[in-house]
Amino acid sequence: MLALVDGNSFYASCESIFRPDLQGQPIVVLSNNDGCIVARNKEAKALGVPDLEPYFMHRGFLAKHRVHVFSSNYELYGDISRRMMNILGSMVGDTEVYSIDECFLRLLSTTKDYQAFGRELKDAVLQQIGMPTCVGIAPTKTLSKLANRAAKKIPRLGGVCTLDTDVRREWVLRRFGTRDIWGVGARISARLADMGIHTAYDLACASPKNIRKQFSVMTERTVRELNGEACFELEQQPEPKQQIICSRSFSRKIHDRVELRQAVSKYAERAAEKLREQDGLTNSMLVFVDLMKNGHRWSRQRLVKLDMHTNDSRVISRAAMQAVGEIFQEGEPHHKAGVILLELVARKPEQLHFFTPQQSDQSRRLMASVDAVNQRFGRDTLHLASRGIAPSWTLARRMLSPAYTTRWEDLPRAEC
Amino acid sequence: MYCSLVDDVTLAGTTVIHIPLYSSTVPAGFPSPADDYVEDALDLNGYLVKRPSATFMVRAHGTSMIEAGIQDKALLIVDRSIKPRHGDIVIAALDGRFTCKRLDLRRRALCSTNPGAEPIVISEGDELQIFGVVVHVVNTLCSHS
Repeated sequence: MLALVDGNSFYASCESIFRPDLQGQPIVVLSNNDGCIVARNKEAKALGVPDLEPYFMHRGFLAKHRVHVFSSNYELYGDISRRMMNILGSMVGDTEVYSIDECFLRLLSTTKDYQAFGRELKDAVLQQIGMPTCVGIAPTKTLSKLANRAAKKIPRLGGVCTLDTDVRREWVLRRFGTRDIWGVGARISARLADMGIHTAYDLACASPKNIRKQFSVMTERTVRELNGEACFELEQQPEPKQQIICSRSFSRKIHDRVELRQAVSKYAERAAEKLREQDGLTNSMLVFVDLMKNGHRWSRQRLVKLDMHTNDSRVISRAAMQAVGEIFQEGEPHHKAGVILLELVARKPEQLHFFTPQQSDQSRRLMASVDAVNQRFGRDTLHLASRGIAPSWTLARRMLSPAYTTRWEDLPRAEC
Repeated sequence: MYCSLVDDVTLAGTTVIHIPLYSSTVPAGFPSPADDYVEDALDLNGYLVKRPSATFMVRAHGTSMIEAGIQDKALLIVDRSIKPRHGDIVIAALDGRFTCKRLDLRRRALCSTNPGAEPIVISEGDELQIFGVVVHVVNTLCSHS
């Protein structure tokens, strides 16, 4: 049996752990650059605060209802997430961390009472880090996802839903539409509706062969998984990424070529760092900018080929800066830029080309040293000068909470 | 000799402060007899933090707990996985703020260690919210270190 555990309104819940004064108060968290509302706690949802809408459109409403608004504090969320995964991992055998706030667990074969164990998981995380969670337990990943959804949406389940009998499985399947199923997107769901398949139960009863013919082998597996036949295994080692994207919206529009080049230099450097984290190399990338021209959104991009496979920040950044200089539009407001590294290969086994140059040993050692320094003393301790010093276009995080668990000067205080 | 101190807060046990028991430069040809006894380095994280995932650090402000050894600005190491018992020093949420007091379960009260201070009695209707139990306190004694 598998369990899926996820944090309730994870980001918003993280914000209240060290703020007892916020208990019972509405909280929302904004995306990068304070752009959109990306998390709402129960109280904020009850007020009717919409999800994934621009913050500026609702600023007045949020102020009027005294909603507490926070910028994304990834340092805090990352630390709370790591703690949550460690607690869960210590209670079972295998786990697959699926995202910052959810985790699949394989329950031990000695587990007698699944529902009671689900409660134990939930209680442990709440007690030890103050994070409320919901737990879905079922024989397959797809079903445990759906059980988790049921645990969240159906209050009388008390946050834990176990699908260990056909009766319970059917009961839940009949209550959800195909769109609620893991791996079924809007388009597949619409086509299923045309075939008269509306609920998760309808899909479970469909012929796997027919579904495979109409859709794909992935959708066929979904049907099998809904019937309790496990097709998706726990992935304990994440696959190396095929592409690495690093892009941001600016806190203000950029009209200046030098500033834009600085921004792209920084994103390229960060992308190269991520590439080294997965021990990969690249030889091509896409550099893009978004701008407004004659009142319309424009996106311009340029594909850059490098002479050799590399993960050297200097090489990647220099090429990206050159490319963005070429696609820059004089006099127009640029509001976003980014770098996508393509055609990634693993550094080992190295492909040896007799006639093409390789990344030098010197470059590799330099990058390893830069990474070691930044790991020890914090990100951006050492960086390329080409991104500028103290730029004015960086992320706006005006309502950032303290890094309560990762910085000495930000520790929570207790009155004595 | 080496002694490395790490100044970032890491509770997962990933940052280990190594203070070697013995360490000596070895003259060529004759090894130090003490080197055979170098077994392990002392790890303060391991000593102070039993359950890294459930342990949080809190900064004390004020002197009402000085009899319990908690000075102003002391670092409190708080374990949330422990069920609080009568007499434990706890971090409690009181009027929306964290406060550090001795837990008196018999009187349902939070007590300062100052002999003069009145205990704060939690009335029957109110929920007593405990953030965690203070397991260690780190007071800084030498300010010019």
